[in-house]
Amino acid sequence: MRPVIPYVTAALLFGLGVYGVLRRRNAVLVLMAVELMLNAVNLVLVTADTTVKAVLPHSGQVFALFVIVLAAAEIGVGLAIVLQLYRLRASVTVDDVPLGEPVPAVAVGPASGRPDVEGAVR
Amino acid sequence: MTGADVLLLALGAVAVGAGALVVATRHLVRAGLWLVVCLGALAGDYLVLTAELVAWVQVLIYVGAVVVLLLFAVMLTRAPIGPSDDLDRPGWAAALVGAGSGLGLAVLLIDAFRWSRVDLPDAGTAERLGEQIFRSWVLPFEVLSVLLLAALVGAIVLSRPDIGRSKASSPADGDRTGGGAPVGAAQPADEGGRP
Repeated sequence: MRPVIPYVTAALLFGLGVYGVLRRRNAVLVLMAVELMLNAVNLVLVTADTTVKAVLPHSGQVFALFVIVLAAAEIGVGLAIVLQLYRLRASVTVDDVPLGEPVPAVAVGPASGRPDVEGAVR
Repeated sequence: MTGADVLLLALGAVAVGAGALVVATRHLVRAGLWLVVCLGALAGDYLVLTAELVAWVQVLIYVGAVVVLLLFAVMLTRAPIGPSDDLDRPGWAAALVGAGSGLGLAVLLIDAFRWSRVDLPDAGTAERLGEQIFRSWVLPFEVLSVLLLAALVGAIVLSRPDIGRSKASSPADGDRTGGGAPVGAAQPADEGGRP
């Protein structure tokens, strides 16, 4: 088995994931690109299990399982955030998310700063 | 080139091609379906690399659960059925960074491993992996269970509009994420507050 083949596959998948995260405007598609990156890492871990003689056997595969669990938790919370964003703004375009200013509809506790007039109109 | 190499090449080509379509297609739903192809090819890669348990967990969790969640999100956000033109932001910066990181990592790994050959290790069956997880990696395993609980609570708090809302603000504008099906937009918040 030539380990360079899955390694290069993983590197290309990671590059595709980076490209997707930077290029896509839809938040759901951004999450899909993040999944591509996580899977590239998983492939590296599983392949490293065959090439590296570790003290503990199968450590790479155990870590791949851990990363899968992390990805499941990430996708759950991420989709909850995306759906909340859609409920507030009727759009999941990440370009339209105002950064740094509190949105009045979800203000928790004492609202600080001026209300986001532009966002309320949009 | 052995049979494993040919399989790895073919499955890797399928995975990279499907991944490219995931980030390039103009149909939202098709992106999710190409993601299924990509993740399935990766599961085949894991099988060739003798990681049996990881392959089946990949099929179960990624192809079975994560993609279904993503397709649910696509439908709950009222995505258009046909092709949509506003999915991408213009610019070569993303392509530059993506190609740079991907090809850079590929060159690094090719330089590190050349065309060397390794023997496949013992198969990562559920018995061997379970032994490792519950003997050497118990603490990370338990920490991960706490993290899953935290993610669960966080997702519930995020999708319930009546939690953490200040008294002064207006009543909630419907609970769309709670049950999966869209509820009336004028539903007051108290009805979602069942114990």
